[in-house]
Amino acid sequence: MSVDAATVRKIASLSRIAVTDGDVEAMVPELNNILGWVEQLGKVDTDGIEPLAAVIPNHQRLREDIVTDGDIRDKVLANAPQAEHGFFAVPKVIE
Amino acid sequence: MSEITDLGIAGIRDGFRGGEFSAREVADAFNAAVAGGKALNAFIVETPEHALAAADAADKAKAAGELRPLSGVPLGIKDLFCTEGYQTTAASHILGGFVPTYESTVTAKLFGAGAGMLGKLNMDQFAMGSSNETSAFGNVISPWRRSDGGNAALAPGGSSGGSSAAIAARIVPAATGTDTGGSIRQPAAFTGISGIKPTYGRCSRFGIVAFASSLDQAGPMAHDVRDCAIMLEAMSGFDPKDSTSLDVSVPKWEAGLSSDLKGKKVGVPKEYRVDNMPAEIDALWQQGIQWMKDAGAEIVEVSLPHTHYALATYYIVAPAEASSNLARYDGVRYGLRDLPDGANLQDMYAATRAAGFGPEVKRRIMIGTYVLSAGFYDAYYTKAQKVRALIARDFRQAFEKVDVLLTPTAPSAAFALGEKSSDPLEMYLNDVFTVPASLAGLPAMSVPAGLDAQGLPLGLQIIGRPLDEQGVLNGSLAIEERAGFTARPGKWW
Repeated sequence: MSVDAATVRKIASLSRIAVTDGDVEAMVPELNNILGWVEQLGKVDTDGIEPLAAVIPNHQRLREDIVTDGDIRDKVLANAPQAEHGFFAVPKVIE
Repeated sequence: MSEITDLGIAGIRDGFRGGEFSAREVADAFNAAVAGGKALNAFIVETPEHALAAADAADKAKAAGELRPLSGVPLGIKDLFCTEGYQTTAASHILGGFVPTYESTVTAKLFGAGAGMLGKLNMDQFAMGSSNETSAFGNVISPWRRSDGGNAALAPGGSSGGSSAAIAARIVPAATGTDTGGSIRQPAAFTGISGIKPTYGRCSRFGIVAFASSLDQAGPMAHDVRDCAIMLEAMSGFDPKDSTSLDVSVPKWEAGLSSDLKGKKVGVPKEYRVDNMPAEIDALWQQGIQWMKDAGAEIVEVSLPHTHYALATYYIVAPAEASSNLARYDGVRYGLRDLPDGANLQDMYAATRAAGFGPEVKRRIMIGTYVLSAGFYDAYYTKAQKVRALIARDFRQAFEKVDVLLTPTAPSAAFALGEKSSDPLEMYLNDVFTVPASLAGLPAMSVPAGLDAQGLPLGLQIIGRPLDEQGVLNGSLAIEERAGFTARPGKWW
């Protein structure tokens, strides 16, 4: 499988990264190099092998369903590029 | 007495307790060394006031008879750890100006144990790199130089390159690192210091900027094995804030140190003898085998048949997890926002991420997005997780026969900055010996073992069973004692 310029634009769009024509041109061979190299995994017989889920066996813990955190609005907003009236502010979404 | 800045953790701890010097004198000495080491570009932020405050607290604690394990010891902190009130950027513009309002669990434990912070250490951007050339804050320069007189600026390794350079230059006595595919061990090998990546889940990931969550582990980087044991004890332990944290007790690793390997079996995996391995690396490995025998161990050749596929597996799994983890950088909640005139929300996301992420980070996000996308998920990601299961099984089977494994840490000594940065694939191959243990979540350590013909450090790696950090530390100690590595870079900075 190899990627072309249109595929690279689609991946960039899914990744939410703006790209120029020059970026795309540079990325096509780079990504193809890497993807071509990882395709060696196709040679490994993995029939009947379960994909690894956890490197070290560990059980998922449960905890009491009680509030353990919160009431820190100002801390949460402290690093926001734009905060207004106690909320994160973003460009208008609905026209 | 030698200079205070020549001392590591144990030397500072014991000298401070024995009354040879005050904690304040230690902090002053290292703050001055940091200020004088700017040519290395090892720090993104210097925090002398933090080190001084911890030192004054340590001097008071000593007078009151309330010493803690790291009282009087100042440390460097990799810029991947969130530090409350101190800028944390993961060496990326996208986190420019981010000042956490909370403390990572690992740094909270270290500071709680009495340590102070000398500053936030430079690194590869989002820990993606093996040479420290992907930082948005410029390359870290290794204090080491080749003996050919050429003075080429060398890579300190990566991603924990600020940590490795600062320790090797003796401007910090020890530092935190993180290791996703070798980011503690490879820089340690490149700079003639020690570093251990513990078992996955030993150190909490809470407050560590995420790269690939199933691989990321924090660990100590220091002068020697004892210092790593002391620091790892302070960093480890169960944390309910990390769902993959292991609820197991923390052994007394320093007290358990022993280089007597009688009755131990050391495995030598034949698949690590890769094509084009430099003769010097192979010779050092053979020397390491002799040292292990000399320490009383029995040497056993073992096979890890899927080793060859570890790098390709890693370069699917790690970018996949990174593409998901780094989706959080959207210009809304923290860090950079790039809002072109008239842009809508989607334009803002794309512009912010284009402006904020460096080329290697973008490359990995793109690869990760592709291998997780509809139609390709099974062919790439599921396949890689299956091969990963086979790599983990190889290790399990080997550890039925042996106690630890001995390998080289890296396929070469430090290379010059710029030498490999034009070809991402060539750079990735640097992790060939470190990635397999990461994929299997195993504890692994690099110790300095010798110099190459150009006078540059080379490391050997010990890999252990899950939770057997003691076995890894002890095997490493056996090498350390026999290697007698005392070489230091000449001061040019």
